[in-house]
Amino acid sequence: MFGWTGTILRVDLTTGKVTREATDPKVARDYLGARGLGGYIVRSEVDPKTDPLAPENKLVFATGPLTGTFAPSAGRFDVVTKGALNDTLAASNSGGAFGPELKFAGYDALVVEGRADKPVYLWIKDDAVEIRDAGAVWGKDTADTTDLVRAETDEDAKVACIGPAGERLAPLANVMNEMHRAAGRTGVGAVMGAKNLKAVAVVGSGAVQVADPAGFKAAVLKARGMIQAHPVGGAGLKAYGTDVLVNILNQLGALPTRNWQDGYFPTADKIGGESLAAHQLVRPKGCFSCIISCGRVTKVDDPAYKGFGEGPEYETAWAFGADCGVDDLDAVTKANYLCNEYGLDTISTGSTIACAMELFERGVITAKDTDGVQLTFGNAAAMVEMTRKAGEGEGFGAKIAQGSYRLAESYGHPELSMTCKKQEMPAYDPRGIQGIGLNYATSNRGGCHVRGYTIAVEVLANGAEMDPRVTEGKPSLDITFQDLTAALDSAGACLFSTFGISGVELAEMLSAATGVAYSLDDFMKVGARIWNQERLWNLDVGFTSADDTLPARLFEEPIKTGPSKGLVSHVGDMLPEYYGLRGWDENGVPTKAKLKELGLERRAGRARTAPREAAAA
Amino acid sequence: MAKILMIHPDKCTGCRNCELACSFVKHGDFQPVVSRVHAYVWEREGISVPMMCQQCDDAPCVTVCPTGAMHRSTEMTNLVDWDERLCIRCKMCTMACPFGNARYDAASAMILKCDTCQGEPECVAFCPSGALEFVDDTEHVRARKKAYAAKLKDAFQEVS
Repeated sequence: MFGWTGTILRVDLTTGKVTREATDPKVARDYLGARGLGGYIVRSEVDPKTDPLAPENKLVFATGPLTGTFAPSAGRFDVVTKGALNDTLAASNSGGAFGPELKFAGYDALVVEGRADKPVYLWIKDDAVEIRDAGAVWGKDTADTTDLVRAETDEDAKVACIGPAGERLAPLANVMNEMHRAAGRTGVGAVMGAKNLKAVAVVGSGAVQVADPAGFKAAVLKARGMIQAHPVGGAGLKAYGTDVLVNILNQLGALPTRNWQDGYFPTADKIGGESLAAHQLVRPKGCFSCIISCGRVTKVDDPAYKGFGEGPEYETAWAFGADCGVDDLDAVTKANYLCNEYGLDTISTGSTIACAMELFERGVITAKDTDGVQLTFGNAAAMVEMTRKAGEGEGFGAKIAQGSYRLAESYGHPELSMTCKKQEMPAYDPRGIQGIGLNYATSNRGGCHVRGYTIAVEVLANGAEMDPRVTEGKPSLDITFQDLTAALDSAGACLFSTFGISGVELAEMLSAATGVAYSLDDFMKVGARIWNQERLWNLDVGFTSADDTLPARLFEEPIKTGPSKGLVSHVGDMLPEYYGLRGWDENGVPTKAKLKELGLERRAGRARTAPREAAAA
Repeated sequence: MAKILMIHPDKCTGCRNCELACSFVKHGDFQPVVSRVHAYVWEREGISVPMMCQQCDDAPCVTVCPTGAMHRSTEMTNLVDWDERLCIRCKMCTMACPFGNARYDAASAMILKCDTCQGEPECVAFCPSGALEFVDDTEHVRARKKAYAAKLKDAFQEVS
C-alpha cells in the first residue's frame, strides 16, 4: 500500500500475545486512518456498554496515511478508545514525533487489548515487539518516564506514556508523548492506566512510500506555499502561539470568565500570547513535519512558579487563567507544566478548578473540603496548588481529577459544571459565538472546539466571514467544519494547516500519497462517515438528543459585562436544522438512507480481519 | 564562489522536514534513517540541532579512504564526494568522521553522506525556519557575526 504501511500491530496484554494483520484496503480508503480507522476498530470490536476501564475496552494508537511524509504539519496520530471521562468514542489527537515513528516501524496502528497483571511498557523496534516490566517507572512523571524508558530501550525512542494521574485512573488523565505533546481529552490516559500500560516506546527504520512521488511533491509544495503565505499559518502562530487568541476573544467579549459567570476578563492581556512572547518564550517549536511551529518552549523565572517546558496553548491559558479569574501568566504556565508532568488534560483540569472555585465562593464547599486551600477566583497560588493536588490525587485534588461533572454532582450542583456530555467546554463562549455552541452541543466527544472549529469563520475570517452573533447559516457551517475536521484528523493532518489550505489541497495530497483518487466531495464524505460512525457509537452507549445541549447557564444567564453583554446561546433554535442537514431524524438518529449513502451499519459488529502472522511475545 | 551549508540551531524547530526532504530526494520515499541530515531534539532543554556532513577541507574521511572513493570533488571545490564504483565498503570513512556524518547502510550497501544535492540542497529548500542555509563562503557567518555585534552595540548604548 502507499501512504498506509499496510500493517496493524495488535498486542493482548492479558495473554502477552503479539499479532500483525493486514490493514484492510477498503476500511483504509473509507476511514483513512487515525481518528477514523481507530474509531472503526473500536466500534467493530468493543461493546459500547463496556466499562471503559475494563480489559474488554481497547486502546488504539492510530496514524494517518499522510503521517510520516512531508505533507506540511501532517505528522499526527490519535489515541482512540471508549473514553473514561464520558463513555464517548474518544479520539485524542497529538503531534510530536510518536505517530511518524510508529509508521517507520511499519504500523498504521497499534491496538492494545486486555490488561497486564502488573505494570508494563511496550517496546517496539520495527518487527521486534516486547512487553516489558514497568515496575521501575510506575509512579514517575511523564518526563522522567520518558528518560527512564529511553535508557532501557533506545535513547532516540519516541515515547508515549501516562503520568501518575493515568495510573490512578483519573478521568482527566491524558497520554503524553515526547514529554510535551498531549493526547489530552476524554480520559484516554485512564484507559491506558487501567490496562497497566505505562508507556509505549517505538523506534522505526522503515519507509513511508507514496503512490505518485512527483505529484505528491507538487501537491505538498502548493500546500506549503499557501500556509506560509497565510498571516496566521505562516506568521502569527509562530510569533505568538495559539495564545494570541486571548485578546481576540476578549475583545469580542467571548472569553469565558470565572467558570463562565461572565464573558469578559478585563486583565486578559496579561495571559495572552503577546505577554507570553515577551516574558516566557524561549523559542517556537514544531511537531514532526510542521512548518507552522506554534509550539512554545517557555521558561518561568518567578521563584514561586519556576520551571521550564512547553506551553501554554490558548485553551490552557484560558482554563487556568480567565476561567479561574487568574491573570498571572507565570502561575498559568506552572499549572500547564504540572499537568504535562502528571499527565492531566489542561482544559478540563482548569475548568474543574474554576467550578470548584464557584462552589467555594457560593459556600457549597469550604476550606474544610479543600484541605485548607482558599479556593477563590483570582487566587493564583491556590489554583497552582490545586493542580498539583489533582496530579498527586491528594485530598480534594482527587476530586478535581474526576472532572467538574462528577465534582459538582457530588455536592448537589451539577448545573455548575460547564460541560457538554460531561466534558469541559473550551475557551469560546457560545453566548457570544452562536456557531461554536452548536458544535459543543453536537460534538461527538463532548465539549470540544477541535471537532468543528467554526471560530475560523465566526471570529477569524479565515476563508469566509460570518457574524458570530447570528444563528442563520450556522448548522451548515458546523457540519462543514465537523466533516472537514474528521477527515483531516484521520488523514494525519493538523487542524492548523487550515490556516492556509482547505479540503481541496488535503484531498490532493491524500490522493497522490495513497493512489486513491479523492475529490473534495469524496474527502468530505469520508468526514461525514466518520462523524456518523461516532454518532452511532454514542447512541449505542445511551446518549440521546437530550444530550445535544449546553449547560443551562448559557441559556439563562446572559454575559454580564463587555462587548457581548446581555447575550445568551440559542442552540435549541439551530438543532432541528442541524439534524435535518445531517440526514438525521428529529431524535438525532441517522436515517437509513443516510447510513446507506455512507456505507454504515446501524449496529456495529466484529469486523476485524484475520491475523496475518502471529508471534509470541 | 564556494557555497557552504550553514546550520543555525537557534532557529531549528525540530520539525525534521530536512530529513524527510533528504530521504525523498535521494530515495523517493520517507525514511529518516537513510537521510544524510538528522535533527536531534532534546525535549527537556527544548533545543534541536541539525547535523550533516561539513564537507571538511582537510577531511578525515578522504584521508583514510584507501581507494580514493571518498574524494574532494574536482567540479565543486567545496564538496567531499563519494564514488560508489571505487568504494570497497571498508567503512573506514564512517569511523574517521569526527561528527558521525558518514554512515554505512547495509540494506543498500551505500555510504550515506551529504553531497549538498550537488549544489542544490533539498533540505535547505524544505527547512521552514531558516535553520539550514546554503550561502556563499564570504557571507556564511555574516548573520551570526552581525547578530552578536548587535548585542554588543546594545550593551554599549546602555553604558554610554
